[in-house]
Formats: sequence, C-alpha cells, structure tokens
Amino acid sequence: MMPITDSAFALCLALLLFSPLAIAGVALVNTGLGRCRSAAQALLGNLAIVAVTAIAFALVGATFIGGMGHVLQLAGKPWNWLGTAPYLLGGLGTAGPHAQLALLFEFLAVALVAQIPWGSGADRLRLTAGCAIAVVLAAVVFPLTAHWIWSGGWLSQLGVNFGLGAGFLDGGGAATVQMLGGVSALAVVWIAGPRKGKFPKEGLSTALPGHNAVYVLFGCLLALVGWLGWNVAGALIWLHAPLSALPVAAVNTLLSASGAVAATFAITRLRFGKPDASLCANGWLAGLVASSACAGVVTPIAALCVGFIAGIITPLLVELFELALSIDDPSGAITVHGAAGLWGLLAAGLFAPLPGQLLAQIVGIATLLGLVLPLVYLLFWLLNRVVPFRVDSDGERIGMDLHELGGGAYPEFVIHRDESYR
Amino acid sequence: MKAFGLLVMASGFFLAIAALVLYSAPASRAAFVLCGVAVEGLGLTVAVRGHMAAARGEGR
Repeated sequence: MMPITDSAFALCLALLLFSPLAIAGVALVNTGLGRCRSAAQALLGNLAIVAVTAIAFALVGATFIGGMGHVLQLAGKPWNWLGTAPYLLGGLGTAGPHAQLALLFEFLAVALVAQIPWGSGADRLRLTAGCAIAVVLAAVVFPLTAHWIWSGGWLSQLGVNFGLGAGFLDGGGAATVQMLGGVSALAVVWIAGPRKGKFPKEGLSTALPGHNAVYVLFGCLLALVGWLGWNVAGALIWLHAPLSALPVAAVNTLLSASGAVAATFAITRLRFGKPDASLCANGWLAGLVASSACAGVVTPIAALCVGFIAGIITPLLVELFELALSIDDPSGAITVHGAAGLWGLLAAGLFAPLPGQLLAQIVGIATLLGLVLPLVYLLFWLLNRVVPFRVDSDGERIGMDLHELGGGAYPEFVIHRDESYR
Repeated sequence: MKAFGLLVMASGFFLAIAALVLYSAPASRAAFVLCGVAVEGLGLTVAVRGHMAAARGEGR
C-alpha cells in the first residue's frame, strides 16, 4: 500500500466532505419519484436512515470491516473473510491517514446503501421497517462485502491468490455500495410486494408516476457533485492512484453520466415521441453508478461508452421489470443501482488492460448475486417477521404521510381521489 | 419457488468458487466460472417467476 502524503490526505478529506451531496441527491430522487401523499415520510426516512446507519456502523459494523481479518485456509489459499478492527472505533484518532480516510468513506457509503432499498419500497414501506433494514445492512451485510472488496478480503486478493488481474476492482463503490443497494432493493420489493392497484389481476400494470420531477432532476445535479467526490477519493483510497490520475477519474465520471443521459434521452424520444424526465434522471444516475466501478481504471472514451450503454439499458430494463416481471420499483433502484452497477463492474474488467481482470470482475459479480442476494433476502425475510415491512391497507390508502406522521408534506394541496381504490 | 431460486443462485456461486480452486488453466477456469454464473442466472429466473406469480395472484 502506498503511503498517503499530506496533500493527498487533505484533498481526499475535502472530496469526502462533498460526497454527502450524493446522499442528498438520491434522497431527493427517491422522494420525487414517490407519490405526493408519501413525500414527507420518504424524506424523513432518508434522514432517519442516514442517522441509523451511522450509529449501527459505529457500534457494530466498523468492527468487522477493517484490520487484519479472520483467514480461512482452503485448498492451500488464504480466504480473508471477516475484519477484526477494534471495538467502538477504538484507536481511530491514532490510526494512519489511510485507515482514517477509509473509515470516513465507509461511513458515508453505508448511508447510501440503505437509502437505495428505501426508494424501492416507497409508498408502502413503514418508517420503522426502513430503519430496521438500515441496521441490518450497516451492521452485517455492508461490513462483510466491504471487507471482502476494500479491506484486504478474499475478493481483493483474487489477483495475488489466483493471478486474476489486480483482484476485484471497485474504486467508487459500484459493488460495495450500488450493487449491494440494488440487490437489497430487489429483496425489499420481493418481500413487501407491489403497491396497491399496481398490478391488477387483469390487464396492464397501472402507471403511478412520481409526483415532483423538479426534485428528481435537481437531485441528479446534486448527485453529480457527490459522485465526483466519491469516485476521485475512491481512486485514491482503494485503487492507490497517483494524484496525477485523479482529474481523469473526475472527467470519466462526468463523461459516463453525460453519455448515459444522452442515450436515455434519445431512446425515450424514439420510443415515446418526447424525452421522459424521470427516465432521463434514471439514466443520468445509471451513468454515475456505472462510473463508480471504472472511473479510476479506464480511458475517457471508454467511460463515455460505458455511460452510453448504461443509458441504453436503463429505460429498457425499467420497462421490462415493471411490465414483464411485475416488479414495482418506484425509484427504479434495481435497474439504476443494481443493473448499472453490474454493467460498470463488468466494463472495468473489459476496458482495464490487465490479464485476468475480467474474470476477477465476474467472480465479484457472481458473489454479489449468488451469495449476497440470498443472504440479504434471508435476513430481510426474518426481519419482516419481527418488524413488518408493509403498512396496512388503510395506511396505504390514506398515504404514508398522514398514516405515519399525522400530516402531509403539502398541506395546502387538494389530494385527488385515487381511482384504483373504488 | 422464490426460495428455491435463491438456493440455486447460491449453488451457482459455490460452483464459481470451486472453479477457481480446482482449475489452474485460464480457459477451463473461465469456462467453469461462467457455468456458475449461468446457474445463478437460472436461479434468478426461477425466483423472478415466483415473484411474478405472487404479484399477479395477489392482484393488489
């Protein structure tokens, strides 16, 4: 590991202090894509999730993420599977600069992980359930995956142990944050089920459009600032990139998002005659997500291609999930964070010039799909027995704001009668 | 059905890991890792089909 110089430390700290803007952006996107009668609950949920994940991660999760780790010897190879850091952030003040920056990065990343399933469960997920999900992710699942990928765990050692490139590469958190959030969102949607009236027994699914395109689009702009901080800081912390490589990582992030939104704009214009604001927002975020995997390891033109492809697949997958697979995902998180994260990770292997890198990326993706998704589903299924995820039908009818908070986000609005409940 | 699909996905993961350990030649290792990923894909398909049946059946 390269030592971090004072200037790199200061730069990285400053970048990380900007990254909460990504959290704010995703919170606005989640809120805007939900219904107006659940807007206050959605935004309060995002705030509560940030708080709960920070506490759960400090008390439990941070212990299992760093340190030397527990190593299993299997087939003559070491498999570092669990971290062994001091309890309750002990020794953080005296830790080295790299360890301090890594922990700050993880503190911020875990909040975004838990926000992603909250967006997918919009309009029917209880606030208590959202917080309980956040605790499980921050205390158990995120520390495991982050240790495997970032903190010297077995996925990061695939290069050393099996000659697969530089091991599993994930500089900006496309796997640890985005894809983990995406598979968690899928598990939440599977357990909570669709919103009332979304999939009638006969006929097509009912369109339940987001209530505020301005929140959604402004959230995308905020997210760009946060993502720039995350990807550049991640390149420095996790990929040990030199300072001279950081502007390229920033340019790659912007190019990936730009290519993605241009592609989504064109696709929706071709399909519907006019560009679709919410799908373009999803495309922009998908470009940012895809850049999280590869911004630090590919050329600018490759980043543009990665974003362009992410922008093409996003509107098609959103439509496929809703119309063909009966997946009710109001924020499109499964596509935006899960599928685009998967594509970004694959693209990092395709465009990175290291032999065996593509296979390392495939093994990492296989781990997230084949091990982490079943684990998350099992944990959430058990959690749902203790803390029911879904609000009762009366709560869903009157809206989450009135049901859970006793007041709406827009008290002067006239709420139209919902035809689906007649 | 959903649980069965998830179990199949987990077995696909272990197949991919077994390929890493058992094969040293890059081609055969890559082929067997891809087989593991394909099994995961089958499991995901089964799980999604299980969800579709439940979502439409409930008619929420």
